[in-house]
Amino acid sequence: MPPPAQPPGPVDDRAIAAHVPRLRRYAAALAGNLADADDLVQDCIEKALANRHALRDVSRLGGWLLSILHNLHVSGLRGRRRRGPEVSVDDLADDLALSAEPADRGEVRDFVRAFGQLSEEHRTVLLLTGLEGLSYREAAEVLEVPIGTVMSRLARARERLRALLDGGEEQVVRRIK
Amino acid sequence: MMTGKEGRDPVTDADLHAWLDGELPEERRTEVERHLADNPDVARRFERYRAQRVLLGRAFGPLIDRPLPDSLTPPFAARPAESRRRPVLWLLALAASLLLFLAGGATGWLVRDWTGARSAGTAAFIADAVAAHRVFVVEVRHPVEVGADQEAHLVGWLSKRLGKPLRAPSLASHGYDLVGGRLLSDAQGPAAQLMYQDAAGRRITLYVRASSDASDTAFRFAQDGSVHAFYWRDNGLAWAVTGDLDRVTLSGIAEEVYGALNS
Repeated sequence: MPPPAQPPGPVDDRAIAAHVPRLRRYAAALAGNLADADDLVQDCIEKALANRHALRDVSRLGGWLLSILHNLHVSGLRGRRRRGPEVSVDDLADDLALSAEPADRGEVRDFVRAFGQLSEEHRTVLLLTGLEGLSYREAAEVLEVPIGTVMSRLARARERLRALLDGGEEQVVRRIK
Repeated sequence: MMTGKEGRDPVTDADLHAWLDGELPEERRTEVERHLADNPDVARRFERYRAQRVLLGRAFGPLIDRPLPDSLTPPFAARPAESRRRPVLWLLALAASLLLFLAGGATGWLVRDWTGARSAGTAAFIADAVAAHRVFVVEVRHPVEVGADQEAHLVGWLSKRLGKPLRAPSLASHGYDLVGGRLLSDAQGPAAQLMYQDAAGRRITLYVRASSDASDTAFRFAQDGSVHAFYWRDNGLAWAVTGDLDRVTLSGIAEEVYGALNS
């Protein structure tokens, strides 16, 4: 009996596919539209598959994928690689409002619009901790920054978002660490 | 502002955020919670932060259930890293859409709702609504059985046949006036179609039938060619708003219909 042509890699299509819905949600919230999110996630999958042997511990696949996606997003912003005209976050806001319960639609629309006005850094840290449920340490690993940076960014992001949503003055948030 | 007791570290913003995120060491919790109780302004601010997190989940959470494009479902094409080969992509897309077509059945009509689940009942409902739309919007002489001039009679009659109180919502704010309606039948029994028309002669239809399924008022979207539809279930009725309109315009009308029915 011939031996298998190749030992199974630690990361395969199926393992990655299990993370794709979460990655796409994160990417859409980050990019503000689904078209850019799909491009980002597709690039992320490709990169992950090309480097699949770099990941030893498959239990860390989720964080590893987020990290790849984050780096792709940042380098994409730097290179201003953009497909066509910018898509307004309003489209995503309307879209998401439609999948919310009717009583929540207005609130969801306003939230998505306000969220879209935050800086990339602020969006990222809010999404990783608030939506993806990462601990400070895990978020720090994805972003490759110290934990203290995660905490101070999170504090500023929350206050900025509060000012955008509630109006009024932004409190000067004391520097943390 | 700080009311830290002597001999203890003052409570910092970092502590408060850590408390909110469940990252505060247990032994510090009592102090932080006392600090919040003593400082209602600070407590209010952190309540807002907590509300933000709830809204973050409510707004973006449903994205996880969206159906994925073919490019993001396995098997992931092994493409040379240096260049994207469009022809290969084309072939893959073609193969994938062929599969979807076969899976969608003879009609080629495929409904994937936000949950990604394809429910046979929902797919049949939306296919019926779209078919009825196509058949009757082109009708010149007999678009409806009972005209808008007899609206009370129309609504009373259709309500009786559907076994549920029905209303013909006003869509005047979108420039659409009621033309009238008709009774139809599908595999589930009686169904009703209400037709509206704008000044340019464009027509949209509302398709309604009784539904024993639980209410699900999140809008679902379906598309078949240039015909778009939004549908939902509420108060024992399943509704579809169908039109040859762009998605955003139609969603505005669907919201109007939903609002009028619940006002």
